[in-house]
Amino acid sequence: MGEKILMKGSEAIAEAAIRAGAMAFYGYPITPQNETPEYFSRRMPELGRTYLQAESEVAAINMVYGAACTGTRVITTSSSPGISLMQEGFSYIANSDVPCVVVNAMRGGPGLGDIAPAQADYFQATKGGGHGDYHSIVLAPHTVQEQCDMMYDAFDLADKYRIMVVVLVDGLLGQMMEPVEFKDWADVKSYKTPDWATVGQGERSNRNIITSLEILPEDLEKMNLKLQEKYRTIEEIEVRFEEYKMDDAEYVITAFGTTARIAKTSVNMARKEGIRVGIIRPITLYPFPYAVIEKRVNQVKFFFDVEMNAGQMLEDVRLGVNGKKPVYFYGRLGGMVPTAEEIYTAFKKQIGG
Amino acid sequence: MKLIYKAPDTMTEKDTTYCPGCPHGIAHRLISESLEEMNLVKKTVIVWPVGCSVFGYYFIGTDAVEAAHGRACAMATGIKRVHPESFVMTYQGDGDLASIGIAETVHAAARGEKITTIFINNGNYGMTGGQMAPTTLIGQVTTTTPYGRKPEANGFPMHVPEMLATLDGPAYVARAALDSPQHIIQAKKFIQKAFSAQAKRLGFSIVELVSTCPTNWKMTPVESMERARKEVLPVFPIGEFRVIKGVE
Repeated sequence: MGEKILMKGSEAIAEAAIRAGAMAFYGYPITPQNETPEYFSRRMPELGRTYLQAESEVAAINMVYGAACTGTRVITTSSSPGISLMQEGFSYIANSDVPCVVVNAMRGGPGLGDIAPAQADYFQATKGGGHGDYHSIVLAPHTVQEQCDMMYDAFDLADKYRIMVVVLVDGLLGQMMEPVEFKDWADVKSYKTPDWATVGQGERSNRNIITSLEILPEDLEKMNLKLQEKYRTIEEIEVRFEEYKMDDAEYVITAFGTTARIAKTSVNMARKEGIRVGIIRPITLYPFPYAVIEKRVNQVKFFFDVEMNAGQMLEDVRLGVNGKKPVYFYGRLGGMVPTAEEIYTAFKKQIGG
Repeated sequence: MKLIYKAPDTMTEKDTTYCPGCPHGIAHRLISESLEEMNLVKKTVIVWPVGCSVFGYYFIGTDAVEAAHGRACAMATGIKRVHPESFVMTYQGDGDLASIGIAETVHAAARGEKITTIFINNGNYGMTGGQMAPTTLIGQVTTTTPYGRKPEANGFPMHVPEMLATLDGPAYVARAALDSPQHIIQAKKFIQKAFSAQAKRLGFSIVELVSTCPTNWKMTPVESMERARKEVLPVFPIGEFRVIKGVE
């Protein structure tokens, strides 16, 4: 760890990715995250790494796919409409078992929507998004510091499971300035081309083929079962969450990313008035921390889910609660960010306050 | 007995999935021979397309990736930029390259990516059953132009090498044909020039190969070669449209 630097979230995330070993960036401009590719475009050449502005998000993700097939640490960053364009590539990447990292700075939708912070891509990120049965690991930081630390995890998880890792943020995290402390630089000199990579056969005795195609259904089913096995392992080992003031909680707020951060203030307001409420903040949105929800079901009177969407993570919270307690919801849409007071007021209504 | 003719070592023993009389086999052979003669086989990654040659990696024995429809040049760019020592080529049909993948192709060419594209033009979508392609000739009947391709309804055939030759990024842009022994020998020369452009890091290189599709054209292999010669080559002429200094 080094000194604390005051940085804008959208630039800090790029610096963190670079320190975490990102050797290549391919992307396409889109607001509200343009500072991120711009930062990469300055820093990557300085370090002798690859930066390329693609002609579209469609091309960008397929460039990422190509680089991922060589086992190189590769990243792209975009925002909701751009991420929609990339879904085809995500699906191919999933069934090719290649690692990469994708940052989605979510903005208001659907369609062109707006450029304000939103969380409406939860379904798309956690349930697959493209065609076929697949998942990407989805990480949801709630501060600039956590976002930076998470870039290291993102690349490590991607390599460990040969999977795409999505870091799901929003324009608010990107636009705020906070002091950050970066972890040590990854030792990129130690990176070796993996034995499965398609870089030319060279001295290898076998040739490598990376494809998501398997024309015989019985073989494609086997391929799918292998993927599912990988997901079960990830669901078992990689679940992350934060519990905030949950020890004595009678009520629980569930929220991720920016909304969770705001809700912490709401919880403190409630606590000042003697209301014992805590937060369960999923850090991995996939795999979702169902177990902690189940664990707290008997302790609390109800769940109160807050999101900047019409209720997406809400469905996973309900799966965890499994009908045993009421689950209420408060959401803002289209790029509107709830205030702490607003959340607190909505929460209090449910306890009859 | 003296061996006087054999398949290139780079071609596998696997039976191809191509129809009888399809020139994909000829193109595969020319590529394999050229890779061997230029000592590139062990450095090569081929990016295969979606189309009849979607299984190409079963037949040419190099490292390979299978791209999404039309995205081969983007994928090849991704590989080549992080592994400049690899020899990276795409193999694409006319639907894949000239329709859904035209943006990826034009921009890879404009950037002068050090990759090579072999572009098979058989005037239709072969694998999906013979629909109109950007290269379908005026008047040509396909399953989606049952009354023949009409300019007012379906526009005009696209001349990809001629378009790409207007850009500064490509080092070598050519069209050859696979309809006769003489043209096949010439096609191999063009392919080798394209490979040399990449090997020397001069820029993007592409060779269009005018091919045939006996099955969907509903012709015998011989008839389809005659049609290529008489009807297709006048519209898509053989030629080198851009050759920068250093390409051999």
